[in-house]
Amino acid sequence: MIFVTVGAQMPFDRMCRAVDDWARARGRNDVFAQIGSTAWRPSAIEYSELLTPPEFLAKVKACDVIVAHAGMGSILTALEHGKPILVMPRRGDLRETRNDHQIATAKRFLALEKVAVAFDETELAAKLDALSSLQAADRISPYASESLLAAVRDFVRGSRGERTR
Amino acid sequence: MSDAHARPRVLAVASGGGHWVQLMRLRPAFEGCDVTFVTVREQYRVDIPAGAAFEVVNDATRWNKFGLLMLAWRLYRIIRRTKPDAIITTGAAPGFFALRIGAFLGIRTAWVDSIANVEEVSLSGRRIGPKATLWLTQWPHLEKSCGQGPSYRGAVL
Repeated sequence: MIFVTVGAQMPFDRMCRAVDDWARARGRNDVFAQIGSTAWRPSAIEYSELLTPPEFLAKVKACDVIVAHAGMGSILTALEHGKPILVMPRRGDLRETRNDHQIATAKRFLALEKVAVAFDETELAAKLDALSSLQAADRISPYASESLLAAVRDFVRGSRGERTR
Repeated sequence: MSDAHARPRVLAVASGGGHWVQLMRLRPAFEGCDVTFVTVREQYRVDIPAGAAFEVVNDATRWNKFGLLMLAWRLYRIIRRTKPDAIITTGAAPGFFALRIGAFLGIRTAWVDSIANVEEVSLSGRRIGPKATLWLTQWPHLEKSCGQGPSYRGAVL
């Protein structure tokens, strides 16, 4: 099953339409998309506007591959569960998010070989055709790096007995 | 000092999506603390450790002034009620206001800039970071990219 997600905050019709068109053209009936709050409706794929966190987790666990916007929630969740992920970044100029930070995120995680990236709809269709060869990156732990945890622990412990009020 | 106060009281704040996922990845650092998690979706309650408290506030962007005002007021009430020793956030708007209020009240504050901010520190981070006790980026190349801050001490992965 291919699990498509736009994240919890806003729809991303440009990506979902491209997946829907591809699924129709290829006769795929194993695609489920979480499309966000939008007026547009897919014609070929199963969908839901929003999933509860347990429903979302169930889809992640059940799927073979994740197709998502280049949001960190989606990327971290895929890496944590050892699922291959293909991301398409939202564009600021199309008001799909506030700026082009997802393009930078996608490029950086692509360079780290953590994700596959389709920068536009055409590329998305081509990469969807090659989806079965997509490999998952090394699974990551469910927690932050030990050095960041240590920094946060120090910060929290430093708060002991240092109340200024 | 009472025994109850021997456990640091922590307010851990994040908006939805990636901000919340990143905050959850910091959970082991809060062991031994009395934590109140603050976020924007009631459904995230399933993610918090047993024994932790949970509060929901409205989300808001910088284009929704009324929403921001409401958010700031709710956070102020939560901070006055829970009396945290430390406030930590992974962003975005709820974390910004929680730190703003916390800094004003003399509470220790930490801003962990989202790992999504790859090319530059977030706008909120640039504004609140210098006022925070601890200001972190998750990318080594952004360390001290805004004067004295932020610092780099690792990432959520």
